[in-house]
Amino acid sequence: MLLEIEDLNVHYGRIQALHGISLTVDEGEIVALIGANGAGKSTTMRAISGLRRASAGRILFGGDDITRMRADRRVVAGISQAPEGRGIFPGMTVLENLTMGAYTRKDKAAVAADQQRVFELFPRLAERRKQPGGTLSGGEQQMLAIGRALMSRPKLMLLDEPSMGLAPMLIRQIFDIILEIREQGTTILLVEQNAQQALSRADRAYVLETGAITRSGSGSDLLVDPAVRDAYLGVA
Amino acid sequence: MTLTDKLRTAGQKIRTADEKRASFIQGARGRWHDLPKAWRIAAALAGVVVLFALPNLYIPGIPFRTDEVDGGNSFGFVLSTIAIYVLVAIGLNVVIGMAGLLDLGYIGFYAVGAYSVALFGSPQSIVATKFPWLICVPIAIALAMVSGVILGTPTLRLRGDYLAIVTLGFGEIVRLIAVNAEFTNGTSGLGGMPTPPGTWPAGTELEGTKLFSVNDSRPFYWLTLVLIFAVIFGVKQLERSRVGRSWLALREDEDAASLMGVATFQFKLWAFAIGAGIGGLSGAMFASRNGHFGSNSITLLLSIMFVAAVVLGGQGNILGVTVGTVLAFYLPERFRSFADKRDLIFGLALILIMVLRPQGLLPSRRRARELADRRQEAKEATIVG
Repeated sequence: MLLEIEDLNVHYGRIQALHGISLTVDEGEIVALIGANGAGKSTTMRAISGLRRASAGRILFGGDDITRMRADRRVVAGISQAPEGRGIFPGMTVLENLTMGAYTRKDKAAVAADQQRVFELFPRLAERRKQPGGTLSGGEQQMLAIGRALMSRPKLMLLDEPSMGLAPMLIRQIFDIILEIREQGTTILLVEQNAQQALSRADRAYVLETGAITRSGSGSDLLVDPAVRDAYLGVA
Repeated sequence: MTLTDKLRTAGQKIRTADEKRASFIQGARGRWHDLPKAWRIAAALAGVVVLFALPNLYIPGIPFRTDEVDGGNSFGFVLSTIAIYVLVAIGLNVVIGMAGLLDLGYIGFYAVGAYSVALFGSPQSIVATKFPWLICVPIAIALAMVSGVILGTPTLRLRGDYLAIVTLGFGEIVRLIAVNAEFTNGTSGLGGMPTPPGTWPAGTELEGTKLFSVNDSRPFYWLTLVLIFAVIFGVKQLERSRVGRSWLALREDEDAASLMGVATFQFKLWAFAIGAGIGGLSGAMFASRNGHFGSNSITLLLSIMFVAAVVLGGQGNILGVTVGTVLAFYLPERFRSFADKRDLIFGLALILIMVLRPQGLLPSRRRARELADRRQEAKEATIVG
């Protein structure tokens, strides 16, 4: 198992956001976390990347307990996140943002090659390489966030709402690219409100409701699960 | 046309003019870089020469010297004060402009530096070690850095406004200690500060007497200039290094920086320590220039003036904060005839500049972009919300 979460609890002050969730992600998988607004999807992501402290439970990465590890060390360990709301450095150019993504790496030549790879995945970014991140459109910022997360050569990539605010065409494109990234050997855990896309593209998925996991299974099973269809797919 | 409409058009006009001027500055920047390198070096050298000659400079018809007005202070004294404050601003710029940490209690470090010189150098202090100046200054820098780490360790986990409030408290704590503690001797303070070594060379008016003394502040001005150049050089090196990149990421988006692998807390602590060290150095210079340091020299207003100077000039840009500091401290000295209206005029000018040009007079280009982005975000948030 690449990632194992056991009985994870997270609190914001006195409010408990996660009530003992457990999930696993195997190497090479695409796993989706779906659920309504405020269900705790982003909190789960922040707990895995280390931006939020777990109040109880364990997070194992590659068999090592990383529950108390600082966020910056988790990057070195091989976890990378494209955060919700994208978290682009607005004053840095596209190229500088990508360079920042490789902050933990020393192999300059390989970093340059990886930048090229990102530009091949996202030709739009190549056109805008000298442009400040803050001036990009929403879709371009999303591409940049994903590209930047790739730059640390992660074993596990966390994608928080990759489709948020994007046009349907662009959503399909982004998911195609996510599949391609997996083909190139990166495991992916993604959070989505767009359950249709997420379930049809993911190997497995978990359904999160008010801070607890209520269902799990293969993407295709959940797609036809009546309860999931009612609640998340907008079909009666 | 209603009054608000009139104001709006007036504001619009000023803003267009301001944009024109900004593009002119941008163009000037470009033209400067287009000049041949030899010219640029020559121009920079000429600038340095003028700076060093400034205390002895008279231009008939242009009364820029502060001792050319009624009741004005000696120009050498004013210049050395401004130079010391520029050093403060450069240090504060590391914290606010480069790392993006709003520190309102920076005067605390300045005071630590000043009192270090007093404690270890003044014959009146209870420590009475009477160390020479050259030993006192490194102690001052070290103690200021240590106090930066002591303040930073518990507080740097706080963000934005919370950090500002806590640091404001720190400045007040240092001031209250200075007023009340025995070792600082309160408002009476400590005198007989050590001064840098050296005597006036042969052929000068004061030949053979001590170069650095309360009788003539010019040597302090020259020495501070040298320190300013050295500190700017050091800070520029840092800015280009991994440390500078980490600070940049940190101030643009702390969470994102953390997700890139930046050890955010450590780098914030470094910014605090380095900024504090520069603050300590300036405090040490101030104490030895005055020959005396007491709790009266630490005021909340001065602390706020430092921040105002940095923000006014353009945070993140060393030239900007220098210009801001020079304006904030030179103009009141030069225009003493406005006497008690000075603060009012300065306050109004500050408000005007912040409304029309929130990024400061000469901002760093990157910093201006960040602020524009933040405004955009705020606009989007109000539309959605």
